[in-house]
Amino acid sequence: MHTATTQLTPGMGAGEMVVESVAKGFGVGPLRKQVLRGCSFVLEKGKLTVLIGPSGCGKSTLVNALAGYETPDSGKVLIDGQPVTGPGPDRLVVFQETALFPWMTTFENVSYGPRVQRKLPEREYAEETMKLLDLVGLRDFRDKYPAQLSGGMQRRAELVRAMINRPKVMLMDEPFRGLDAMTRALMQEYYVRLFEEHRGTNLFVTSELEEAIFLADNLLILTNRPACVKKVIRVDLPRPRTFDMMTSAEYQRCKFEALELLHEEAMKSFASGGVNAADFIEACAQLGQDQAQPTCLGLDDMAPPEVSDGAGQRKADGAVSDR
Amino acid sequence: MTTAVIAQGFNWTRCRRKIANISTARGIAAIVVFTIVWELCTRLHVPIIGNVPAPSAVLAALGKQLVSAEYWLSWRDSCLRILSGFVLAQVLGIPLGLLMGMNRTARELIYPVFEIMRPIPPLAWVPASVIFWPTSEMSMMFVVFLGGFFTVVLNIVGGARSIDIRYIRAAHSLGSSRSDIFWRVMLPATLPSIVVGMTVGMGITWAVVVAAEMIASRSGLGFLTWRAYVAGEYPLIIIGMMSIGIAGYMSSALIRFIGSRLTPWLRVF
Repeated sequence: MHTATTQLTPGMGAGEMVVESVAKGFGVGPLRKQVLRGCSFVLEKGKLTVLIGPSGCGKSTLVNALAGYETPDSGKVLIDGQPVTGPGPDRLVVFQETALFPWMTTFENVSYGPRVQRKLPEREYAEETMKLLDLVGLRDFRDKYPAQLSGGMQRRAELVRAMINRPKVMLMDEPFRGLDAMTRALMQEYYVRLFEEHRGTNLFVTSELEEAIFLADNLLILTNRPACVKKVIRVDLPRPRTFDMMTSAEYQRCKFEALELLHEEAMKSFASGGVNAADFIEACAQLGQDQAQPTCLGLDDMAPPEVSDGAGQRKADGAVSDR
Repeated sequence: MTTAVIAQGFNWTRCRRKIANISTARGIAAIVVFTIVWELCTRLHVPIIGNVPAPSAVLAALGKQLVSAEYWLSWRDSCLRILSGFVLAQVLGIPLGLLMGMNRTARELIYPVFEIMRPIPPLAWVPASVIFWPTSEMSMMFVVFLGGFFTVVLNIVGGARSIDIRYIRAAHSLGSSRSDIFWRVMLPATLPSIVVGMTVGMGITWAVVVAAEMIASRSGLGFLTWRAYVAGEYPLIIIGMMSIGIAGYMSSALIRFIGSRLTPWLRVF
């Protein structure tokens, strides 16, 4: 990362994040809502982990805890063994709606990180910025303001604004939400291509199952609120990913397994028979509290049955069990 | 610096197209019709409206005014009062607004005073300020200052508090220092509110200076209008009113011009 090459080397600087029984709630007294409880998982180095769960279950809260914007009430968030204490350029977030600075051009937005970190001379990061803009087809739009870009272009600009800092971990919080179906498919292709070329550690949050399986190495399924990991599904599809894999047997297996689990969670939330949104949320919370403990996966359950990346995994487990 | 700014972004073709179009033609037609109706009303002695001096009489009096030094001195005095009061309001108001918008302690300490002072119209300050400022010139500047000050401060506080948290978070994540967050994120994010505050403040400022001049001054466009009334020079009243209108319009246009230069990302379409 400090060598300051102008190439993004595959897997370079990829980090590993460990989330250990994280709990987080908001509000006080009877109005307090527990959002996360006993949430544990590992973001494996150089892997694309997808987080999927019912809407409103606490996915964004989890991302905020990983990014360091919010401190968990209890539990630990570690990056390469070090506790996360606040936001930093080693973990970059791409937000639900665009967070490009409206007052900066595409070029200024993308080069923002290197400019404020003041580690590289301007000429070098300008060059790097142009390379990345080329990569996502935005060279001709370098002097445009975000409001002049289409939704898809904004997301691409935001992707490279994060990538230029070579973060150890990229946190994608439903980045393609609100895009039309065509643009979304295009963005998925762009994104998966970028990932496959650079192999950083990625967390991708979504509520779209098709998107989740298409992208994922590991698929984490969350429970209702208070959320924790219900199941980890390993997606054994080859890379580079192509859309025709969506018809493969492995894809169908993953989809079926995930659907079953998600359906179960959805049933729980409807079980109380509440019809309005408030009842629905209340039901999520109550049922979640009843069921959270038995269904939560702990870190020990995360060990992969395969041995391909077992070394890194054991290291993570070891680091956790030391405490 | 201003000339450089003008030269940099001036497009003659676009400018001509903007001026010579059907909307402009309609606008001119409306003004012409209005003037003719006004003239006719005066000549036909229509009740009430007929008492107003006719456009022809106003034009005749205008010729005399345009070559009189006193008329232009009135312009100069009013503009100087506006400029000094308004600039002072921005110089003190913008930093104070930013401080209150970004620092909760400062806001909670200072804002209540603003809440009490704000509903008092600037003109209600005239008697008090005439008493406690040594010269009437200072008291007028003070009243003008108040007119611009409250507007800009309140707008900035509102603007700074409504900055989207995602911008701050993104800036933090990307490794910004505290001063980067202020200069590169908070300030540009608040700029549109500053411009709105300045535009509204400029309008209020003209209203205030005219009234203050009528009450407490021996010069300026407000005084010119009031003296014309006292002296019974009715066409001069109309000239005074129109001059104030033109001056206000030109000041607002200037602020809008500066504002759009400061916030280029808001005029991208």
